[in-house]
This record gives sequence, C-alpha cells and structure tokens, in this order.
Amino acid sequence: MLTLLAQRLGQMAFVMFGISILVFLIFFATPGADPAVRIAGHNATPQMLAAVRHEFGFDRPLPVQYALMMKRLFITQDLTSFVNRGEQVIPEIEAGAPITLSLVLGAAVLWVLGGIAIGTAAAITRFTLVDRALMIAGLIGISMPVFWVGEVANLLTQSRLHHTWLFSWVPPLGYTPLTEDPLLWLKTMLIPWCTLALLYMGFYGRVLRASLIEAYQEDFIRTARAKGLTETRILLRHALRTSMITFVSLFGLDFGALVGGGALLTEVVFGLQGVGKLTFDALQNLDLPVIMATVMYSSFFVVAANAAVDVAYTLLDPRVRYKNG
Amino acid sequence: MAEAPILEIRNLSIDFRTRQGIARAVNQLSFSVNHREIIGLVGESGSGKTISMLASVGLISDPNVVVSGSIRYKGNELIGLSNRALQKIRGPEIAMIFQDPMTAMTPVYTIGWQITEQIRAHEKVSARAAKARAVELLGTMGVPSPREQFNRYPHQLSGGLRQRAMIAMALSCSPSLLIADEPTTALDVTVQAQILTLLRDLRDNFGSTIILITHDMGVVAGIADTVMVMYAGRLAERGPTQEIFAHPAHPYTQGLLSSIPPMEGKRLRRLTSIPGTPPNPAAMPEGCAFAPRCPYRFAPCGKVPPLFALPAQDSACFLAAGKAA
Repeated sequence: MLTLLAQRLGQMAFVMFGISILVFLIFFATPGADPAVRIAGHNATPQMLAAVRHEFGFDRPLPVQYALMMKRLFITQDLTSFVNRGEQVIPEIEAGAPITLSLVLGAAVLWVLGGIAIGTAAAITRFTLVDRALMIAGLIGISMPVFWVGEVANLLTQSRLHHTWLFSWVPPLGYTPLTEDPLLWLKTMLIPWCTLALLYMGFYGRVLRASLIEAYQEDFIRTARAKGLTETRILLRHALRTSMITFVSLFGLDFGALVGGGALLTEVVFGLQGVGKLTFDALQNLDLPVIMATVMYSSFFVVAANAAVDVAYTLLDPRVRYKNG
Repeated sequence: MAEAPILEIRNLSIDFRTRQGIARAVNQLSFSVNHREIIGLVGESGSGKTISMLASVGLISDPNVVVSGSIRYKGNELIGLSNRALQKIRGPEIAMIFQDPMTAMTPVYTIGWQITEQIRAHEKVSARAAKARAVELLGTMGVPSPREQFNRYPHQLSGGLRQRAMIAMALSCSPSLLIADEPTTALDVTVQAQILTLLRDLRDNFGSTIILITHDMGVVAGIADTVMVMYAGRLAERGPTQEIFAHPAHPYTQGLLSSIPPMEGKRLRRLTSIPGTPPNPAAMPEGCAFAPRCPYRFAPCGKVPPLFALPAQDSACFLAAGKAA
C-alpha cells in the first residue's frame, strides 16, 4: 500500500513536470510571438520591454528561462503580473483557492448524495414511470447550462422573489470566508452549490442507475438472493457497493477538474473571486504569468484527484489491490 | 420408506411473455425428491432444468415470467409465498450453488465475509462464532489452511477452491436440500471429480438431499441415485441411474448416452450426436417435442406422450407404451 502511494506520488510529480514544460513552451516559446510584448501589455514602453526581457531571462536560452519561471513560481513565489501593474500572482491564487474549494466541496456533497439517491431510486423502480421521470429530470438538469441556471437563480433569489419568505434570507452576491462568519458563508454558498450540483446530480444519477442495473444482472446478485438476504441488504451491500467503483472514478476526475478552475462559469455568475474567475480574467488580458500559475495550480488538482481515485480504487476493489494471487 | 418427500413438484409450468407471444419454458413438470436422495437433472441448455429449480426457491424476479402449478417443500406450498417468507427458506432450508463461482461470488468481499454474512442473516450469532463456523466449514469442504483462505477474495482462489467455498457457503446454515446448478461445468476434470466426491460425502455424512443440474451424463453416472431427463420443458424419462444407463427407453436419453465417447473398444471415427437443435419454446411443435429429431418417430408422435410407467423407470415416449406394465 505504501509503495503504491509512493509510486503514485512519483508519477504525479512527473506528470506535473511534463505539463509545466508544455504550458511553458506554448506561452513563452511559440515562434513568431515575443513573450515580453505580451507580458508587458499593449502600451508598454521600450524600457519596460527591456526590463521584462531581463526579468524573465528572455535573452537567455530556453531551459534557463524555464528554470527561472519555475523558481519564481515555486521557490521565491514572487512572480508578478505586468498587466495588473505589479500584482503578485501567488497570493492571488492563494486568495482564490479557498473560495473555489468552498464552492466545489459543498456542491460535491450535494451532487454525490443527490446522485446516489436518484440513481438508486431509479434502479429500484427501473422501467417504471418513476424511473423514467427521474431520468428525464436528470437529463433536464444536465441540459441546462450552469450560467443560465445561475442567472435565473440570481434573478429569483436576488430580485423577483427576494421579498418573499422563501428567499428573503439570501444575502447579496459575494463571498464571506467560513472563518469570518460561518452562517453567512453557508447562506451565500447555498444557491451556488445547488446550481453547480444540479448539473452533476443528473449526470451521476444516470450513471449510477446504469451501473446498478448492470450489477443486478450479475450472478452474484442471484447468489445473494439464494442466500436469503433481504432486498435492502442486496442493494446496499452487494449491488451499490460494486457500482461505486465506476462512480468514484468519475467523481475524482470531475472534482479535480472543478477545483482546478472548471467551476469558472458558476464563479463568474455568482461573483465569487475563485481560481476559475482568476483564470478567466487572466485569459482576457493575456496575463501570461497568471495563466502559467493557474494552469499549474489546476493541473496539480487534476493530477492529484487522479491519484486519489487510484488509491480509492485499491480500497474499493480488491482485484486491483492484490493483482497477483 | 413411508417418509414424505422433501420436495414435491406438481404440474409446474413456467411461461415467458415475449414479443413473439408466450413461450413455455417448463410444461407440466411433476416429480418429487426424497430425503437423502441425489437426483441428477439432465438436459440440453434451455430444456428448463435451471429455471424450474430457480422457480422452486422463488428466484425468478422477472415480471414477464409466470409460474404456475405447485411446489411443496416439506409439505408447505412455496408458490405464491411472499419474498420475506421465501428469504427464510433460502439458505437454512434450500440452498443453491451455481455454475461459475467466479461470477457467483461478490468480487469485493472475502469469501469468509460472504459465508459469515449468510450465517448472520439467518441466525443470531456473534461475529466471532460465525467466523469460527465458517472456518470450520471451509476445512470440512477440503479447503487447505481455512483460516488463511477465510480472508481471501474470490479472484485469489483457484476455480476448485472457489467452488468449495461456494459449497461451504451454501451449507453454512445446514440446509435440508441442496440444489447444485452445474457445479462442475467450469472446472477441470480432476477438480470436477473432487467436487463430485465432496457432494457424495455430503449425502453420506450429513444426510443432505441434492438436486444436481447438469448436461453431463458422465457426472450423473458417477453420483446420482435417480436420473431425470428433461427435454423442451417436459420430463422425458425418469428412473434409477443404473436402469436408465442400462436400458434407456426414451430415444432422447438413448441419444444422450450414445453421445458419450466410449472409454474402451474401438475408437469411433465420428462421435454420435443427436441431429437438429432443441425447439424454440415460443414455437413448440405439435405433439412430442422430440419427434422432429427422433429416428423412431411414428404415427402416435403427433400427440403429446404421457409418462408411461415401465418396470424400472418412467418414459414419455409412445415406444415405451407397448412395454408399459
């Protein structure tokens, strides 16, 4: 188990190294474009350009440029954005990460619980009207774009129905740290959580239903029945338990991608200054240092989530744990 | 021998509602099983042997299957019993073992966990006591070092050991009747012989009653007291094993027996086989279902043959009518 963990960590570091080189090459070594011009912005003076060139080592060989970039990103952590006139990049990400994490964690709890509830209910009532209704509801959830749902939710909770008892508790858009006011944090996050979870809930419900129905075709379910177990036990301990393997691997990938900035639309709609929003702004301004940093940050989460899935796999599936007899 | 039969099946019919209409998989099947008897239920795939046994413990959950007739276990009617009542019968009264123990055991739990699960589903015993019994059972079933094997997962065991674990699980609540559905089909020939010996020992040492479903006449010859040959959902022939093997009365039984390669004498240039394929249950031929494949068919075969009582056996063939006592 420990060797496996060490192995995965090693692989993680290797993959991230590869990503960092790739991203670096794309943004700083694309032929025909001067990175210094892009970093300094459109109205840069020649002196500024020279300063940027010197600071990032663009007058030196590519490997040195890369090493300098990584050093400023990870060791001295003083990478600065030129577009935003000297704003430090790392603190910006450090400020955005807890917001994104709050959003995605809360939504993940909702969509996992909701997905399990929908999937299980649909699988139990398979091929009946209840099942069909649940699946159609899930499909509607998947089909509605998150920014639209978010805007509608805002419209209703912030203005149209804000005066009613139903939504009078909804605070104005923005973010309050959990450590500052837990109750307000919960109140501000609740609507964004539901919005983001709606999309994934339907998706996970459908996936779980399919794998549960598949599990029910398995011989071991017949064995479990022949053992005289109750239907509840067969569902929870045998069918659901084996279906969890697919569910968890999907979850890991989605969670990693969302924490890595994939929740950007939700963040923009609800005015949450998370990492997704940061990336979004950086891309609009072509703020290369920030893009570099956010890409590294998000690749870390995607890769880490993948590694976590692998570890979870070994916990969930003994066939992976003991490969050789 | 005035003892009542342990299982008594009367006029059991099983219908599948399909798009092509109603397909009758089992047609007016009647037989009884006595205490300490080993019955070999033989037939080609689709002859209705497995489905009739699944029906007897209410393991057919498909809503498109209609079971009618009577199945009495120790004098109590099983058909129409609630699932909850059947759960009390499955395991402690009637247990089943299945063809492929790789797929018939839940892959994510150890075999010990699965055996204790069954024990604790039916009896109020401590986890420790259940474990002790499971280990003991594994030992009795000839599993070497049962204490270590207890903690192993199905995929870590060889096919023979898995089947022994499966039998241990089936026997864990001391059932009166054991239904073994092709328990040796997925195993090597040497392991097959070991499992058959084990089953015979169960009868000799524990007084178990066993219904052995198989398509292998060799298996039947080695272990069964009584042979029942099924064809297209009906009983073709029934009688003591020695009698059936010595002078099969039904052409189908004769065909099955001559399909076994001879161990002695001149090697055949070509193995005899029964021409044709079993009929589609949705489009049964009029009269005797075997007639289209039968070398001896004659005028009376246009009608369904009843079961004629011969001195030693019963045979559903008009050829036997002349010899009937």
